[in-house]
Amino acid sequence: MNDMRIVKRDVDMNDIKISAKGVQVYYGDTHAIKDVNVEIKDKTVTAFIGPSGCGKSTFLRCLNRMNDTIDICRVEGSIQIEGEDIYDKRVDPVQLRAKVGMVFQKPNPFPKSIYDNVAYGPRIHGLARTKADLDEIVEKSLRRGAIWNEVKDRLHAPGTGLSGGQQQRLCIARAVATEPEVLLMDEPCSALDPIATAQVEELIDELRENFSVVIVTHSMQQAARVSQKTAFFHLGNLVEYGETGQIFTNPQDPRTESYITGRIG
Amino acid sequence: MSTLLIVALVGALAVVGYVLGVRRAMASADGDLRLLHSLKSYYGQNVALLVLVPSLLVLVIWMTVQPLLIEQSVLGMISNTDVAEGSSRSLMMADVRRVADGLDVAVAQGAMSREAASDVRVDFTNVRERLASVGVAVGSTVTQTTLEAAQKFRALSGTGNMVRGIVVLLIAAAGFGYALKQTDKDFRARNVVERGILVLLIAAASIAVLTTLGIVFSLIFNTIDFFESFPGADFFFGTRWEPSFSGRGGASDLGFLPLIWGTLYISIIALVVAVPLGLFAAIYLSEYASNSVRSIAKPVLEVLAGIPTIVYGLFALLTVGPLLVNIFGADGLLGVNWMSGGTAAMTAGLVMGIMLIPFVSSLSDDIINAVPQAMRDGSYGLGATQSETIRQVILPAALPGIVGAVLLAASRAIGETMIVVLGAGAAASLSLNPLEAMTTVTAKIVSQLTGDGEFNSPETMVAFALGMTLFVITLALNVVALIIVRKYREQYD
Repeated sequence: MNDMRIVKRDVDMNDIKISAKGVQVYYGDTHAIKDVNVEIKDKTVTAFIGPSGCGKSTFLRCLNRMNDTIDICRVEGSIQIEGEDIYDKRVDPVQLRAKVGMVFQKPNPFPKSIYDNVAYGPRIHGLARTKADLDEIVEKSLRRGAIWNEVKDRLHAPGTGLSGGQQQRLCIARAVATEPEVLLMDEPCSALDPIATAQVEELIDELRENFSVVIVTHSMQQAARVSQKTAFFHLGNLVEYGETGQIFTNPQDPRTESYITGRIG
Repeated sequence: MSTLLIVALVGALAVVGYVLGVRRAMASADGDLRLLHSLKSYYGQNVALLVLVPSLLVLVIWMTVQPLLIEQSVLGMISNTDVAEGSSRSLMMADVRRVADGLDVAVAQGAMSREAASDVRVDFTNVRERLASVGVAVGSTVTQTTLEAAQKFRALSGTGNMVRGIVVLLIAAAGFGYALKQTDKDFRARNVVERGILVLLIAAASIAVLTTLGIVFSLIFNTIDFFESFPGADFFFGTRWEPSFSGRGGASDLGFLPLIWGTLYISIIALVVAVPLGLFAAIYLSEYASNSVRSIAKPVLEVLAGIPTIVYGLFALLTVGPLLVNIFGADGLLGVNWMSGGTAAMTAGLVMGIMLIPFVSSLSDDIINAVPQAMRDGSYGLGATQSETIRQVILPAALPGIVGAVLLAASRAIGETMIVVLGAGAAASLSLNPLEAMTTVTAKIVSQLTGDGEFNSPETMVAFALGMTLFVITLALNVVALIIVRKYREQYD
């Protein structure tokens, strides 16, 4: 296994990018997230692991206020990105989401051409002054999404015609096209085969140079392979948070140990 | 033997068969349920089915065929010389049937003995008066030929009905005996009953399909009849619609163009009203409205769809028309004199548009809701606002479905009648002015067929040609709409 090699790579950036304190999330009467405190570092891949229904995706969606689109969802506590409370009334969730990009579990390209999929964000936020600017952004994003070589000859073909793995990389390219500071990924590989998964994981590691990446995953091997920090959620609680190597080799909490050794979950 | 009695007897036989079937099955298994192949009720149902289905089927066929055969043989008695001036064989036949029915009534009321009814002669009795005395009115004096034909008619139907009753009951009894003989603990009654149910369902479906075919064929044949008496080119390319009813003399102009122009013009006005309003309402309901608003607003909007179109017609005639005259008419708000009367293409179009709003909105609402949440998430996740998401992601994704909904609405607009009859006026004109009275294909079908016209002149037969043309247009629109909607469905499944 080359897991340890990745984990041992130095994490020398110590700036805190996202700081969550006392976060509580309710879906109607259900208490989905219970008092979560976590600090996520810049230029780092942070993995959220835990059994289904433990609240890791819910917490991820709090970070860019995607839960706002669900009527019955209520968030308490404070989440700060670079010291700014994102649940403050003055914060526009639309601008926040431009800064905190998101990639979803199931690849969801729009029923438009590949080019228009990537150009969607830049167009909305007015990031390109000219057509040439836009072309450049699209190319750069597709290169960052590691899919440029596969699609450069058919930029105007529909995005929905690509394979599952290509669609997911297109969605990643689409998310990085708005130049976000944080990239949230909600089980980005769960709908992909092992080869596509490997490509996406490699991509995530490259994205770390420019973004702070938070990834929710069901696969502990994947968490071990791609992340530097790991948080283990269980029944809405953040049980343990620390260096990935430490979580997988020397967990402090008995629940974490049970989960990673396969006894619960 | 009356039909009701036959049905009652067959029904009773079926009930008896059910009970006996169950008993016989139980007896063959020595009273042990577990030894039976099927549940015991299936054995009863099997017997009942075999009693009912073949006998009732024969009954229905007999009842359709017998009158045709009798009519043929009675018609043979009427020679051409007997047909009076200004009359026809079919009119004579109608008289024969009336007299025959009258004699039946007279016998039933005791005003005439059974023998008298079959022997009565015109030279001795005034049949017309005697029938009138029991409440049956016959149009003209009954001639000897008619009377004889009527008597033969009675005799034939009498024998026919008798034979019918015997045959049907025999068949029922045969089914009864055969099914009981089959009944045994190893007999697979369940499979037979299952197949029977399948046949029943297929029959129900084919009745619907066959009726549609029947309607289409009757339209086609009558349309062909029309084109035999009126040149097709004048119909399809004529620009004047001036029917004159025979009697007043003069040939009619039956040009189709002013009518289809009115139809399309009014439909387009209706769609211009209904599509934006319906679509915006659908977007609001599916994307913006909270659950509580939606749960009230949606049913309220759909109440519009439940209003009878005649009520919309009254609304057009009494409210919208005068309102438009107040705006566009002489001494109106705008000070122009563009509109002379309340009935106009605009009046009918506006009201029809209102009628179509729920149609467009509820279909579009379903289609917008069918766009996967993942599309919205993807767009919101990139920092798009709600209206940007709707404009750039949801509407393009839902567009084929919305086009389908609009086409379905268009075919309803084209077929709409009452609003047009009341709201648009009756003058067929090829005018561009929406404030002028116009008329449509449907409204003219109504006016051609209401009245005393006989069903043999081009002026009435044209209704079938109009109906056929309209049918072809709406059918084409529906087919296109369905193809588009189906193509759209494949995109996400």
